[in-house]
Amino acid sequence: VTGFRLPRLNRRHIPLLAVGAVVVFAFAYVLFIAQKPPEAGGGSWRTTTFGSAVDDPASFMRIFLDSITFAGALFIVASGFALIFGLMRVVNMAHGAFYLLGGYIAYEIQQAMAGQGFAIPTSSVNTWEWVAPLLVAAPCIAVVGLVTQQGFLRWNQGQELRQALITIAISVIIADQIIAHFPRATSTVAQKFGGSAVSLTWPGWTDRFVNLHIVGVQYSLARFVMLGLGIAVGLALWLWLYRTKMGMVIRAGVDDQKMTSALGINIQRTFAIAFAVGSALAAFGAVVWASQANIASGQDGQWLLNSLVVVIVGGMGSIFGAAAGAILYAFVLNFSATYLPTTGPDCCTQYSIVFTFALIALVLAFRPQGLFGRPA
Amino acid sequence: MRWNLLRSSPKTTIERAIGATALVLAAIAPLVFNGYWAHEILVETFLFGIAAASLIFLSAYGGMVSLAQTALFGIAGVILGNLVTRGGPGGTSKGLHLGWDPTLALVIAIVLTTAIGLIFGAIAARSVGIYFLMITLTYSVITTYFLGQVTVVSGFSGIGGINQYTPGWIGDVIGHPNRLYYASLVAAVFTYVVIRYVIRTPFGIALQGVRDEPVRMSSLGYNVPLHRTLAFGFAAFLASLGGILYVWWSGQIAPGNVDLPETINLLVMAVIGGLARIEGAWLGAFAFIIIQNYVRDFNFPLIGFGGTLFGGSFNTVIGVIFLLIVLVSPGGLMGIWDRAFAARLRVGRRGPRAEAPASTSG
Repeated sequence: VTGFRLPRLNRRHIPLLAVGAVVVFAFAYVLFIAQKPPEAGGGSWRTTTFGSAVDDPASFMRIFLDSITFAGALFIVASGFALIFGLMRVVNMAHGAFYLLGGYIAYEIQQAMAGQGFAIPTSSVNTWEWVAPLLVAAPCIAVVGLVTQQGFLRWNQGQELRQALITIAISVIIADQIIAHFPRATSTVAQKFGGSAVSLTWPGWTDRFVNLHIVGVQYSLARFVMLGLGIAVGLALWLWLYRTKMGMVIRAGVDDQKMTSALGINIQRTFAIAFAVGSALAAFGAVVWASQANIASGQDGQWLLNSLVVVIVGGMGSIFGAAAGAILYAFVLNFSATYLPTTGPDCCTQYSIVFTFALIALVLAFRPQGLFGRPA
Repeated sequence: MRWNLLRSSPKTTIERAIGATALVLAAIAPLVFNGYWAHEILVETFLFGIAAASLIFLSAYGGMVSLAQTALFGIAGVILGNLVTRGGPGGTSKGLHLGWDPTLALVIAIVLTTAIGLIFGAIAARSVGIYFLMITLTYSVITTYFLGQVTVVSGFSGIGGINQYTPGWIGDVIGHPNRLYYASLVAAVFTYVVIRYVIRTPFGIALQGVRDEPVRMSSLGYNVPLHRTLAFGFAAFLASLGGILYVWWSGQIAPGNVDLPETINLLVMAVIGGLARIEGAWLGAFAFIIIQNYVRDFNFPLIGFGGTLFGGSFNTVIGVIFLLIVLVSPGGLMGIWDRAFAARLRVGRRGPRAEAPASTSG
């Protein structure tokens, strides 16, 4: 009886080992190697903003929570993109524009309800005044998505590239019209129109810090709500896709469109619903993230990138992939922005975007179909 | 080539005549047209046409629609800007200010951009179709953010004043713009010729095989990802030519030159011209730049033009034209030309044995 034997290492394992070493080094750097900047200024390759996780567990914890809560918002937006892509093989390049439009619509509704001009204090927003904008914006974008799908994409089914080009054209038009018409409800003339930056406001009860009793970290309740909403969307999608008849049809459609419709199922209706839901999720994510940060013209590109990275990393068109991709991307984004060496004003946290590229390159090099994707 | 080279068809003859006329017109343009037309619109057409041609080359012969060409175009410009500029007393312009010899810098910018293109290509080479589009789009957006964040090489405001550091054979581009005009024209013609040459080499033929039948080519022993990577590197080389001419022409390069709207603009040029034929690059660039220059001033009631901030944006018009082209004629203007000619032949001649359109689907 031979026991478990390690596979003999050969030349083909070198890249894998190299990548493994780099990843281990990155973990070790964050956990042990990093140091706080010295009082006198300057520093070495070990100098980071906060120091290592062992030295400064509170900062580490806070960045950990930043990442995981950002992943919540990221997942909401990207899951819509993944849903549409998974079912219809449509790369909805207008997803970022939908996101932006949804955010601005919600902003207008909240301004109309709470009506304070540019920035509403959190205390004057109640839960309903946050939920109502969401309940208006999401269906609005669902309709926009439905019109896009029925009017332009449906009769080009199977022509993936052409569909991508069509959605690019639509995103150009929407992004330009946003500049022309939003935001309307700002108080000063300078901020009116032009797609200037605005933000929604979380309801008043979220505006406090929760004591976690872990290394004394106090953390914003609003960001936990964001994470909760992300998990809720994930659960709802899972229930819908894996526990209902409609979800079964959708999954069947992902696997084999022709066979599904041959069984007498109206796959076109399913497509329409999935596209509407996917678009509405863009608006949902916009409401959530615009409450935490802001929205402004030009962010459509950023959120299209976010959705693309999540879907490329996680695996094309899988909900679990979107969750995994969102978490991985959020962690890489936040940790690289904090734990890169900061020896001087010009070094080196600004290089954090390189890590997004490295993440994509690594995943594609070893798994071209993404972490949870199936080979096409 | 697909056509019979000995007995060229009437269509080919007409196309050659049009091409020759356009070339002659382009050669005498600085003498005939006013400065704005020759030195702004036509130069812009040539250099964006080069970038669009690199996109069309990948699409038509490699089956890869790349959105990274604008990024590579910008990378070449940024590298050149870093290498040639010197920190002035004003110190307004960012960059490394290496102050190298412009001709040497030109060569290094081209080589480095091609190398970056090879890396980009190697990562994306195992993906096709829509996945390739998505991956190259992330390249483009990441390049924008990289340039915006990394203040050492560019920063948000980018590098300016590069047009003061042109090589001697270009000279002062403001005072004597004709040299830059002819350099752009020569580069555009070179791009066209070299693409036409490459697609006839064994590599080009194999690339077209990879486009049509990757599995079969793979089992015939061709290294499919390598062919895609090399094609991407070649396209990066072409895009770098456009980028270098661009920074000589405009004098500056910034993240705003490679951002998502600019990436889409280049795609719009290529699609308007036609993703299946190289000639479409300059046709599309010309049409786009004309629209950009002359549609700005229109104002339609009801629909906005994003005009409140920027004095009239033409993006809605561009978006609508782009949408119409994609919906009506996926082959762009060249596709319309091909189809019009095919239809004419069918009417005019004996039956359906008319020539098959030379275009291939992208």
